[in-house]
Amino acid sequence: MGLKLKALTKSPWVYHLSTGSCNNCDIEILDCLTPRFDLERLGIVLVGSPRHADALLVTGNMTIKSMKRAKEVYNQMPKPGVVIAIGTCSLGHGVFDGSYVMPKTVDEVLPVDIYIPGCPPKPEGIIAGVAKLLTMLRQKA
Amino acid sequence: MTWTEIKKQIKSKFGKKILKWFEHNDNRIYVDINPADLVEFAQYIFKELKARFIIASGVDTPRGGIEILYHFDFFQLPQVFSLRVFLKKPEIEVESLSSVIAGTKWIEREIHELLGVNFKNHPDLKHLILPEDWPEGNYPLRRDQ
Amino acid sequence: MSEIIPIGPYHPLQEEPEFFKLHVEGERVIKLDIEIGYNHRGIEKLAESKSWDQVVFLVERICGICSTSHPAASINAMEDLGGIEAPERAQYIRTIICELERVHSHLLWLGLAGHFIGYNTVWMWAWKYREIVCDVLEKVTGNRQSYAMFKAGGVRRDILEDDIPWILKKMDELKPSIDMFLGAVSDDPVIHARTKGVGILTKQQAIDYCVVGPTARPSGIAIDVRKDDPYFAYDWVDWDIVVLEEGDVFAKTACRILEMKESVKIIEQCLEKMKPGIIDLHITELPAGEGIGRAEAPRGEVYHYCLSDGSNFPARYKVRAPSYTNILSNEVACEGQTVADAALVLAAVDPCYCCTERIVIVDDDNNSEKVISGNDLIKLSHNKTEKIIKELGIK
Repeated sequence: MGLKLKALTKSPWVYHLSTGSCNNCDIEILDCLTPRFDLERLGIVLVGSPRHADALLVTGNMTIKSMKRAKEVYNQMPKPGVVIAIGTCSLGHGVFDGSYVMPKTVDEVLPVDIYIPGCPPKPEGIIAGVAKLLTMLRQKA
Repeated sequence: MTWTEIKKQIKSKFGKKILKWFEHNDNRIYVDINPADLVEFAQYIFKELKARFIIASGVDTPRGGIEILYHFDFFQLPQVFSLRVFLKKPEIEVESLSSVIAGTKWIEREIHELLGVNFKNHPDLKHLILPEDWPEGNYPLRRDQ
Repeated sequence: MSEIIPIGPYHPLQEEPEFFKLHVEGERVIKLDIEIGYNHRGIEKLAESKSWDQVVFLVERICGICSTSHPAASINAMEDLGGIEAPERAQYIRTIICELERVHSHLLWLGLAGHFIGYNTVWMWAWKYREIVCDVLEKVTGNRQSYAMFKAGGVRRDILEDDIPWILKKMDELKPSIDMFLGAVSDDPVIHARTKGVGILTKQQAIDYCVVGPTARPSGIAIDVRKDDPYFAYDWVDWDIVVLEEGDVFAKTACRILEMKESVKIIEQCLEKMKPGIIDLHITELPAGEGIGRAEAPRGEVYHYCLSDGSNFPARYKVRAPSYTNILSNEVACEGQTVADAALVLAAVDPCYCCTERIVIVDDDNNSEKVISGNDLIKLSHNKTEKIIKELGIK
């Protein structure tokens, strides 16, 4: 268990999951990979399948239609894995609070390890949040 | 064709079938018609006058029925021309326009699931944006929901 | 004998969740089923419980990439309802923000399209230059996305005179990069092979499906809300709309790049023509009635309709995003394409929803199920590009 967690903190592979977002946060996440912010130099790689992921970057409101698929994606991620909720929507619906298609928040469906607020959070904010999480995990492992 | 010519053609073709013609300003025109005349109007505006269908919007009114506005525009002209039909409760139905205008397929499905309007002869009136297992009879945009 | 290949609802190619089911025979697509709704957030219902002012913030978050187009249409609807004319300086500022967003959105799409074809350098370059635009937006509005600039009757923040020379300098930095992309797309034989003649939407099909924006203009239909129903400062400055004839993915790409050039022209003219003045009329109430507002988003015409009963809350608020009409046109544009190309065609209308990922190939005859990751679909596309490079003898 300790070994996997150690490996995860060295070079986490992340999978990006959107559960009904406006896309702002998703763009800022992809932006982290571009030359200006360049997450890859920190060993963080965006993968195309949750089966290869160590961390799930979740954005969006967890609409009814996305709930089932979000759970499927989480189950496909090999454990231990972490869930990072990005953006105000994934914290508690933001401006969409009260809508009839959002019975639950992201953390009522998936076990969230860290929340990164912002609408959208800047790439610097996302990187800072991910770095904080890695530090937390290293201390645990 | 200029807007003045289009206006003349519509008025002369349909005469009394136009229940009300309201111009909010130079560029926004709202015309009330009977639901039974909808297909004829739509066919003429779309095919003969070469209009573009923008979208349809439905609203549950406090007057005992659901009103649907069909919005059209005429390409390079600034005017937006909206056809209004009033569907009395409880039989809230109107003929589907999907055989005349392919672009109405989705919005009719949406109005059906959000407001409970039945579009007669629509090829496939299943859910568009709500999940498959959404409770029957629950129309989110109705006033009583 | 047909197989069904569902693409979605989480696909790394696109940014948004929608579910495409491709019915294929061998390598060719014969039919396309589209299922949307993963991103439905009940915004129209929510708008009825927000005040008019709050509605603008709500609609801004309908879509992040064209986050200014929805507020633009929204305030156009409110100003139509109330017969309000915003001050001149506000109109110029609004135009500048809208055009900056158009450039950023087209560069974003260009990057994603490049990534999908297999040109990751295009992706990196496009997004690098996009950062210039994001910097200008951050300087002017305070945020890289979701600018909170628009309100009925004006804008919330002014552009400082001191910032204008800096903004003009940034525009000068953008111009050579746009020319570079134009050159790259016009000269590269691989891009030609991947995009010319692919996913053609004919003029008649475009009319039947009532498509808008850079999905309609490359098919020969000259519609653009900025010219047809001018709003903000678009008829006070000099610019051209871009119309092409072929209707294929290449035309859609070229159309967007040329539009970026026009956008930079518009921004520069606005900054030059702007005179000092008030930026807000401080509207406090809206009358009863109906209002219709339109704006030209990077993806096409955004249409907002509002019904007011004179109170502080809309009685009904209808939003139609351009992708609503454009995506349905994929039904015909995808027919006859190969799977590797179909995904590019789907992306070419620049769909504005949210992401997708897994692909399942269902073999109707054998009833067996094979799961393929999203990465493999991109690999299919990259393989095709590599094959073309070999055939053309390019190093």
